[in-house]
Amino acid sequence: MAFDSFGAFIAMEGHGPYVWSCYFVFFVLMGAIAFWSLRQRRFVIAQQRRRMNSTQVRNTSPAGASFTRIEPSQD
Amino acid sequence: MWQIFHKLGSPKWFFGIAATLMPWLLWVGVAMLAAGIGWGLAFAPQDYLQGNSYRIIFIHVPAAFLAQSVYIMMAVAGLVTLVWRMKLADVFVKAVAPVGAILTFLALFTGAVWGKPTWGTWWIWDARLTSMLILLFLYFGVIALGAAISDEKSSARAVAVLVLVGVVNIPIIKYSVEWWNTLHQPATFKLTEKPSMPPEMWVPLLLSVLGLYLVFGWLACLRMQTEILLREGRTRWVKELIQARGS
Amino acid sequence: MHPIRKKRLTIVLFLLVGVSVAVGLTTYALRQNINLFYDPSQIADGEAPVDVRIRAGGMVEDGSVLRDPESLKVEFKVTDFSSSVLVEYTGILPDLFAEGQGVVAMGRLDKNGRFVADQVLAKHDENYMPPEVNEALEKAAGKRAAMSGAESDAAASY
Repeated sequence: MAFDSFGAFIAMEGHGPYVWSCYFVFFVLMGAIAFWSLRQRRFVIAQQRRRMNSTQVRNTSPAGASFTRIEPSQD
Repeated sequence: MWQIFHKLGSPKWFFGIAATLMPWLLWVGVAMLAAGIGWGLAFAPQDYLQGNSYRIIFIHVPAAFLAQSVYIMMAVAGLVTLVWRMKLADVFVKAVAPVGAILTFLALFTGAVWGKPTWGTWWIWDARLTSMLILLFLYFGVIALGAAISDEKSSARAVAVLVLVGVVNIPIIKYSVEWWNTLHQPATFKLTEKPSMPPEMWVPLLLSVLGLYLVFGWLACLRMQTEILLREGRTRWVKELIQARGS
Repeated sequence: MHPIRKKRLTIVLFLLVGVSVAVGLTTYALRQNINLFYDPSQIADGEAPVDVRIRAGGMVEDGSVLRDPESLKVEFKVTDFSSSVLVEYTGILPDLFAEGQGVVAMGRLDKNGRFVADQVLAKHDENYMPPEVNEALEKAAGKRAAMSGAESDAAASY
């Protein structure tokens, strides 16, 4: 351990505010981008599922005809 | 050889690989980052000149390092987009540009906070700091251009050209401290020489750089998966995948 | 490689080379503006303009720091080990300011070749080490200097 006590660790001989504000901003921003990216993926999956369910309802309509959408590759 | 290349370009194949890799990338990366930062903050000796303020290096250098390598990776992907028209390359560029912007911002911010107690100023227009600020604006430009063009193909090409033009800035950032007089000191880690610090300082630094690399890998996989789901939502494999995940 | 891809690759490479050359020439033309500061040698050669706000940078010469006991006024010499410039400054110096350390001073050069600074920044190098190691190094250097006479090899270590 490079410090004698926890208080000394926090104070860092007067450099504490500089060091800790850097680490704080680092973790907040990295956490924010991770959280936001996870939420975005969950949101997209939920959105696709909703769309799928609504098309399924339409496909099983009394008309009975079934369509399969064919998506040729774009390239 | 070419078959592997084409397989790599397949979004479905990538999605599966990413899913298996992601837990490893995240947890090994977080563990290394935590080890490096914890060691650097609490156990590494202080610097003879700067005292404890140098401990900012354990996030400043990883952020700055990643900010530049993410841009280089984007440039390689941009080249692949322009020459081989591989869709996955554009997915990568769009997915990681915001992460690169955040890393560049972090490098600038931690550098400014570190500069105040050591140099005596938050900011100075020297070549290293200015070229790093240009990198941040390049990331903003890539994000904005990608969002401004709605057609997928033209957006991919325009973004790729911008990324490739901007890559000229990377050697300028790297060598700015050698080509010109700057306030910023030269690099501590060099490829050809041993680092200009003792092992009890550079080992934790190396750990946090590698850890942040892995965490970035996880973020890139995650964000690329989202982008693929958005673009390929109508294909059968995505529908099957979403159904398999349960309702 | 497919001929179309080869063509695209050449176009992209030409684009890259063109942009690099343009940026290279621009930075070369602007190199003096990109340099953050003038070296003492450049100032001694008269390359730096007089009475215009410029920056001067180098090492604080050993034993050159004179502090005015009544005010915050300081005088010191900045050197690059071939020439040196006398700097005059009133104000609080950064913590890292010391003899043998790098500095960048902002201010004006007067007609007598004195540099009147209004801001002094500390510049440090890329070497980091624990205080004990530094003390040991200094002790060893002192011993060596004492053995080899007064000849200092400061220039070599710059």
